[in-house]
Formats: sequence, structure tokens, C-alpha cells
Amino acid sequence: MAYSDKVIDHYEHPRNVGTLDKDDSGVGTGVVGAPECGDVMKLQIQVDEKTGVITDAKFKTFGCGSAIASSSLATEWMKGKTVDDALQIKNTDIVQELSLPPVKIHCSVLAEDAIRSAIADYQNKQSEQAGARSDQVSLAVE
Amino acid sequence: MTVKLPIYMDNNATTPVDPRVLEAMLPYFQDVFGNAASRNHQFGWDAEDAVDKARHQVASLIGADVKSIVWTSGSTESNNLAIKGAAEMYKDKGRHIITARHEHKAVLDPCKRLMKEGFDVTWLEPGEDGIIYGEQVAEAIRDDTILVTIMWANNEIGTVNEAEQIGKICKEKGVVFHTDATQYVGKLPTNVEEAGVDLLSASGHKIYGPKGCGFLYVRRRRPRIRLTPIMEGGGHERGMRSGTLNVPGIVGVGAACEICGLEMAEESSRLSVLRDKLIDSILGGLDTAVLNGHGTKRLPHTANISFPYVEGESLLMAMKQVALSSGSACTSASLEPSYVLKALGRGDDLAHSSIRFGLGRFNTEEEVDYVIDKIVRAVQHLLDLSPLYDMFREGVDLSKVQWAAH
Repeated sequence: MAYSDKVIDHYEHPRNVGTLDKDDSGVGTGVVGAPECGDVMKLQIQVDEKTGVITDAKFKTFGCGSAIASSSLATEWMKGKTVDDALQIKNTDIVQELSLPPVKIHCSVLAEDAIRSAIADYQNKQSEQAGARSDQVSLAVE
Repeated sequence: MTVKLPIYMDNNATTPVDPRVLEAMLPYFQDVFGNAASRNHQFGWDAEDAVDKARHQVASLIGADVKSIVWTSGSTESNNLAIKGAAEMYKDKGRHIITARHEHKAVLDPCKRLMKEGFDVTWLEPGEDGIIYGEQVAEAIRDDTILVTIMWANNEIGTVNEAEQIGKICKEKGVVFHTDATQYVGKLPTNVEEAGVDLLSASGHKIYGPKGCGFLYVRRRRPRIRLTPIMEGGGHERGMRSGTLNVPGIVGVGAACEICGLEMAEESSRLSVLRDKLIDSILGGLDTAVLNGHGTKRLPHTANISFPYVEGESLLMAMKQVALSSGSACTSASLEPSYVLKALGRGDDLAHSSIRFGLGRFNTEEEVDYVIDKIVRAVQHLLDLSPLYDMFREGVDLSKVQWAAH
């Protein structure tokens, strides 16, 4: 199969490979896919809890060159965006940017899932924290 | 390092025609073009002489009687003729056949066909070393067993089965022994008498001969093996395989066999040194890499290595300048794990890829060094990218993870 130059570039020089501390309250982690499907993506974001801006993003991917490129591109795009803006990233944008052929569209879908899953994880942590804080407040009131 | 790219290292799939073989074949396209079955003129006699010479060359490589060689289009046809032909011929004696799970499809599929026709097939399971041992066959033989078909060497992992022991057991029990020796003949010393082989399949194009031409050895004495033909017509090849002989192809297979016989000792020792360098350097450079199949009972030119936590297509992407075969657990073409590795108990773990390195007569040490360097770097790059490798290092059992399927 012929890969586009952009896919090859991301494959050979993947951006933002690495791991963030998943226990940090400002970090959201998404793991999507399954080994038997041939792709597993782990995408993590570090969010400034005051501004909601994604200050860092890291990924690790087990999968074909297009899957690696899709997740690498996703981290590039997320950095500097607010969480809400990052949720606007669509798989079709990834397909277009990387010129993915039809058989590789699932890689972009998986990358979008990974973005949503990482953000959902971050938001869950935030609401749990808020819940914990309001518990403390109500205790104080009693 | 000056290496000409791309590098061909898939010699178990096919080999280039040796220039000496090509030279031997060329006159038989135009100058000596006769039909070997034309008995009444010079053109036919010359063609027949060429075929006879090739028969001698082939027979001498495998220690066989000259008259026991039946020309075919290659191993797939030879396997079909041997298995279906013997089953049909001996079905009144019994209807039980023994084979193994990790045989080539050209053996598995004829056996499956026979199952549909009422034969009973025992599928022997290899252990993790990939080898079928004589005692496994001995235990499986029944009173109604008529045929044992076990390959001499495995095409995907390169392991060598206990053909001699299996042949001996079959002789004792009076069962016909067929072996698909496509990967073995021409690479390691082969003697159908010593190994007690009754039927042996081989192809020209795996031994630097032409594609589309091969042979089936059919024992003529002690005992005489008879086959029901698949191809019927002019009664060529003692009635076992009708059809005008492919004289240039046959001349090529003969020449290829002669060269293999003359150069086998030197070639197999040269290639086994390169094979061991490949295995030792890759396993030494990557703690995760695993050699598939027995460490030493293997063909001199073949190694199959698994790379856990690395996906197959991404690995082949890095190796695009090298022609290798992926016995991959997960590639884009098929998510089915290789049935051969599955038979060894390796297929259920999908989070890996496997590559077959098939060395050949024309590979150099420089090429081997290039491939070692490329593969070690590529796998290391992909391990650095692999979330599964991280999980493995954290002690997570990947088979117990609840994956979010997409």
C-alpha cells in the first residue's frame, strides 16, 4: 500500500510520544481499540485546570502506520486548544490532513475516539473533585 | 555499507532461476522444441532424451530409481495427486489418513476434501517446537490407516520433521508415507530409500529452477505404490499424469537439482552461518523477540521470528526495502493469525507480528547485516511507541484487559 508523505513523516518522526502521570488530576487518559483488531491507542492530555487549555498531549499507539500517524497528528492538534475546542476535532479532518485511503478511515475514527475518551476521563476527574469539594462544604454547613 | 536495494529475502516463497539453469533451458524453447511423446522422429527423440537426462538428475538428488519420477506442474499438483491418488487407490483397505495441523494448504485442502468424501483424517498437533515426531505418528496409526502425509520441512517456520522415523514406522505398519518436501529437497541431503518415503513432492522454483514445473516421486519397489490419476488423457508418466511434458521446465528442474546436489554442502553451511547470525543478532538486540520453532532442527536458510507488542503492518512499513514474508498475527490484509503459528500455540496472542527470513543462494552477508540493523531499529522504534509494551513492563496481563472494541 502506498502511504502519503504525511503518514510516513508521522510514522518516522512521531510527535509527542510518551506518557503523562495518569493519577494527576489535570491529566486525562484515553485507551481505545483492542489488540485483536490490530490497533490500540493511548492518548493523554495535560490540562491547565484554571483555564481549561490543553498544555501537553502524549500518545502511544500499537497499530499500522496510519494509526500511528492519526494519533500523532491528534496530539499536535490538541496542544494549545481548550478542552471544548479539542472536542471539535473530527475524524474527517484527520483523513483529509493525512490523505488516508478508505481502508484506513477506521484509524482516524479511533483517534477521534481516543481524543473524546481522554477528555471524558479528565472531565470525570474534575467533576469527582468538585463533588468531593461540595461534600466537604455541606459537611461544614452541618 | 553498499547494499543494492531492494533486498530479496523471501526464498521460501520462490527463488530466482539460477543463470546456469536458464542456460540449460533455453535451447528447448526453439531449437529442441519437440514433443517428448513423439516416438517417430528426431525432434521427439531429442526432447525425450532431455527429459530422461532431467529424470536422472532429479532421481540422483533424492536417491531414487529413475523411473519413479513423475513430472507435474509443481508441488501443489504433486500433493494433490499423491494424497487423492493414494486415497482413491487404497480406499478398500481403509479410510484413515494422518496429517498435521501446520502442513501447507496444498496438503490440508486435499485432506479436507477427502473428509467430505467419507475419509477420516487425524490432524497431529505439533508442540511449541513445531516438529512432528515419529512416535506421534506411531500412536495415531490404526488398522484402517492407509496414508500418512507429513511434510519434511515446514515452509513457514523452517522446522524439520522426523521424516526418517515416520518412514520407518509407516514401513512397519504397511502404511503409505507421503512427504511434501518442497522446502527440504535441494537444501539438505535427501534419500527416499533411507527415509522410507513412498511419495515425495517437490517444486522447481524453490530450488532455483523454473516455476510451473515439479515432480512427484512414486516408489516402484518394496512396495510398489499405485495412484489413481487426477489428470487423464494420453497416458503420459506411466498413466499417472497425462499431458504433454513441459520439456524446457523439466530440463530446468533437472539442472537445478544437479546444481543443488553439487553445491548443497557448501551452500547449506554458508547459509546456516548467516541464518544463525540473523537469529542471534536479532534476539540479542531485542529482548522481546522470540524464535518460532525448534532452535536447531531447522532448514539452513529459514528463520521465523515473532516480535511481541509490535503490529505487523507498521513493521513491514519500516522494512519496505526488504522482501520478507509476514506470518503476521495482524496485518491489514487479514486479521486471521497464521494457522501455522496458531498450531504452535503462538497464534492466540494477537499482539505481535512474525516475520519469516528466507535466505537464498544469492544473499550476501552485507545484506544480512543490513536487514539485522533495519529490523532491530524498526522494532525498537515501534516498541517505544507501543502502549502494549508499556503495559507488559508494568506487569499487566494483556489477555485479561477489558478492551474497548471499536
